[in-house]
Amino acid sequence: MSRGPRPAALVAAALLLAGCGGSAGSSSPSSAASSSPSSSAAAPVTLTVFAAASLKSTFTALGKRFEASHPGTTVEFSFAGSSDLVSQLVAGAPADVFASADEANMAKVDRQQLLDGRPVDFATNVLEIATPRGNPARVASFADLARPGLAVVVCAPQVPCGAAAAEVEAASGVALEPVSEESSVTDVLGKVTSGEADAGLVYATDVRTAGDAVTGVPFPESAGAVNTYPIAALSGSAHRAAAEAFRDLVASADGRATLAAAGFGAPGA
Amino acid sequence: MRAPRARRGRAEDAVEGAALPRWVFVPAGLGALLVAVPLLGVVARVPWSQFLALITSDSSVAALLLSLRTATASTLCCLVVGVPLALVLARSSLPGLRVLRVLVLLPLVLPPVVGGLALLYAVGRQGLLGPVLEAAGVRIAFTTTAVVLAQTFVSLPFLVVALEGALRTAGRRYEAVAASLGARPSRVLLRVTLPLVLPGLVSGAVLAFARSLGEFGATLTFAGSLQGVTRTLPLEIYLVRETDPQAAVALSLLLVVVSAVVVVAVHGRRGAGAR
Repeated sequence: MSRGPRPAALVAAALLLAGCGGSAGSSSPSSAASSSPSSSAAAPVTLTVFAAASLKSTFTALGKRFEASHPGTTVEFSFAGSSDLVSQLVAGAPADVFASADEANMAKVDRQQLLDGRPVDFATNVLEIATPRGNPARVASFADLARPGLAVVVCAPQVPCGAAAAEVEAASGVALEPVSEESSVTDVLGKVTSGEADAGLVYATDVRTAGDAVTGVPFPESAGAVNTYPIAALSGSAHRAAAEAFRDLVASADGRATLAAAGFGAPGA
Repeated sequence: MRAPRARRGRAEDAVEGAALPRWVFVPAGLGALLVAVPLLGVVARVPWSQFLALITSDSSVAALLLSLRTATASTLCCLVVGVPLALVLARSSLPGLRVLRVLVLLPLVLPPVVGGLALLYAVGRQGLLGPVLEAAGVRIAFTTTAVVLAQTFVSLPFLVVALEGALRTAGRRYEAVAASLGARPSRVLLRVTLPLVLPGLVSGAVLAFARSLGEFGATLTFAGSLQGVTRTLPLEIYLVRETDPQAAVALSLLLVVVSAVVVVAVHGRRGAGAR
């Protein structure tokens, strides 16, 4: 009687654990294995694109267009902070294309020799002041941000948007005293849309994406810190042709038009 | 020989009662590995040669001190409101007690980021209480107070659950005796109930402290991130990871060690009887 439950329970525990661990790991290898021998044929292809969070709306639209022009191909996106994506890529995450919000993060992937070909610059972004709807604090210029009593939120210098803010500060001679240095643009925008901050420094495209929730104040000093977005196919890809085709679509005139509509600048400008 | 031992308390039951079935150790061991292996992964990545320099940098020290200060403050806040809450839940017969219990436990299941947003919508400038606070000249966002508030919000259930459990386990016999001997309710509470559940109270407070120390999402959303003011150790780790993953690893280890020291200091001293 005491021996009965033991093996059964062991099996149950093993199954349980196999179930726990299996769901995360099993899906990606099987999809890669099933599709790798047929990269050029018309067999279903799933293209995985790692892209900076700021590209979400534009890349989702471009992905739909790519699927329409490449029947049998599904484009899946993973949108996150560029440095998060780099950590995942370096740790071996399976992806076919990487689009970074800055050149430094693309360089990190390049140093690990994970790129297929050279990265292509496809867009630029500049900083813009975001204020709560209607700009209640009447912020009109970059110099206004140094006004005493104004709650200004920026990105920390460690992240690209903060580095750009620091560059503009240095170039313009305006010293900001932010109430918070956030880790991401999203967090800056959150403080502005909620009305906690009177103003925040974000990218022009973020102001566009936020829509009515914020009022944007462009400023000429932003030209002193232009952020360039590179895209590259990855050498670990099982669908190189499709990966390169997607990269080329993003860098094409069609891709530029979509990006320009979202507030991105043209590369090399 | 067994009878007097068995009467000493529940903690002894497992020792003298039926032996634990051996198969239990297999999933238990796997569970322990699930926690231990990732921790080992962190330790293996620590850049030991620069470890001291990394954890003694200005920003690291500021973050650690802020974390210790805020976690202590939020634990005190948890005690002030959490002990009465647990007493009400365990001992009173108010209507709607079930609703209250669900409400108190809600921060356990709520993603901390949502908790932060909720706080923002409550006491932020444009929140429910915003106009009142503004009129009173109180600004909470971007202050250390906001950090403490966020930590208290997420830690409170840990204290309440631990204490309510202890209160139920302790039973009401001694309280009934004290009351029948003429003790007033406050005297019963302070001289009988609370001393009886002290171990549970202490472990609840330790849990709340540890949770506060690790708080990240609600703080990030609600309080912001500025060195020495709102950037606690978890926020500092999240930020330095952007540029210096090695420093993030070193700081993570520091956070693990600090938490472990606190837990061991309190639990270790009380021994197995802490529960």
